[in-house]
Amino acid sequence: MQQNTIIRLGSSGLSVVTDLGRMGVYLLQIIQGCFRRPFRFSELMRQLNFIGAGSLVVIFFTAASTGMVLGLQGYYSLHKFGAEGMLGSAVSLTLIMELGPVLTALMVAGRAGSAMCAELGIMRISEQVDALDCMAIDPFRYFISPKLLAALISVPLLTALFDVVGIAGGYVAGVHLMGVNPGSYFDGMQSSVTNHDIMLGTVKSFVFAVLIVWICTGRGYFVHVIRGAGFGARSVSKVTTQAVVLSSISVLIFDYLLTAILI
Amino acid sequence: MNGLGIEFKGVEKSFLREDGSRQVILNRVNFSIPAGKTTVIAGGSGQGKSVTLKLILGLMHADSGQIFVGENDTTKIRGRKLKDLRTKFGVLFQGAALFDSMTVYENVALPLRERTKKTELEIKNQVLTSLEQLELLGHENKFPAQLSGGMKKRAGLARALQLKPEIMLFDEPTTGLDPVMTQEIYQLFAQTQKQVGYTSIIVSHDIPKVFNLADEVIVLNNGKMDVFSSPESIQWSEKSHIQKFVKTTMGEIYQSHLVEQ
Repeated sequence: MQQNTIIRLGSSGLSVVTDLGRMGVYLLQIIQGCFRRPFRFSELMRQLNFIGAGSLVVIFFTAASTGMVLGLQGYYSLHKFGAEGMLGSAVSLTLIMELGPVLTALMVAGRAGSAMCAELGIMRISEQVDALDCMAIDPFRYFISPKLLAALISVPLLTALFDVVGIAGGYVAGVHLMGVNPGSYFDGMQSSVTNHDIMLGTVKSFVFAVLIVWICTGRGYFVHVIRGAGFGARSVSKVTTQAVVLSSISVLIFDYLLTAILI
Repeated sequence: MNGLGIEFKGVEKSFLREDGSRQVILNRVNFSIPAGKTTVIAGGSGQGKSVTLKLILGLMHADSGQIFVGENDTTKIRGRKLKDLRTKFGVLFQGAALFDSMTVYENVALPLRERTKKTELEIKNQVLTSLEQLELLGHENKFPAQLSGGMKKRAGLARALQLKPEIMLFDEPTTGLDPVMTQEIYQLFAQTQKQVGYTSIIVSHDIPKVFNLADEVIVLNNGKMDVFSSPESIQWSEKSHIQKFVKTTMGEIYQSHLVEQ
């Protein structure tokens, strides 16, 4: 009984280490695939449309509601100290450094990441990935690496959009609904936001883009070897859930690490 | 003759089970597949037939032993060399493995677009000729989801033949097809092999029908392989697992033949 538990623990440990090693090599292969020729421009455009343009609506509404809530909450807190004039800087700093990159990444992981994982998982179980290998067509260059490039372009741009819409939402809630002076809203923002803050948000959005593509496509690509994933359609649904959960958690962990390192 | 020969030397392959124990799939197997001939790999479920194909293709690595494809040991080569070797293969997968988001034409043209420097006009001519030979003309703009099982297999075969392979691997090619379609598909294999002259390896459960095509038969059982120089010789084996295999898979056909003998 005790021996079996030790065997099972050892086996699980080995499986985790193997999985990490496999994912490490996989990340290197995706990066290598970005530099292999011929470059698939059409696939990059397709992915830009899917990850970037396709996420515009969800990002717009999330940003607007987040900004408005920040405007209301910020006003409520700042009003206690008679510092309503700081609302612009509070809303903009929170959005640019934290909420913009994190919420954009979580939205992209939920919308595009899950689709990427399911697409690769289905391609794997229906042997389409093997078919590419057999035709000596590199699957990374062909359709995985363009996803990374598209995410690296889309996620920072979506984050910038999130920041702008969020700040506008905060303006609507703070200035139009709560009566904060519009001049002090923008002046506070202008005087407190520095290039370093914008750089921090941008670096985060690049790192989150890599995390989302790496984890979501990786879970789909390795659906056939992931321990406990099972087989067939159920395995794809299981790894898709795993991919969204893992990428979301990774985004939150890396958010803390990057803030601690770069702030 | 265009085909390449294949040789397995002391090949071992096993998988780690969930409980930490190992399941042996191939246990130091030795066999060779002659160039330009048709070899059928048969055996029950989970006996390692598809694993054998993946080992030949270098999609999976053996734990030990050597696998020669022509002069190349696939257990040793990696990267570009392995990629170049794979261009000598054509594979027809169990479900045809057509790309869902591409039309039949795009699927068949894919290896030519990616692996050759042919112009779009040359590609178009070659693809349409292949589709005509495989009776798929008129279906080139359909998506795989709009095709019947037999049409999918034919489209998969058309794609696999585009780079003029020296070895064709067929993984359970008639699974899910009715008997008439199965017969047609096997006739098509025989016909294309005659034209192209490739080495053909067929993994199949459909034993009696596929044996008409076979020059040699390999039966996989519990990690070991039994090689028979002709489909007929399999019935004379004295090994109990082979007799059982003959009885369960070939049924009436060989049993009645045995009574006559």
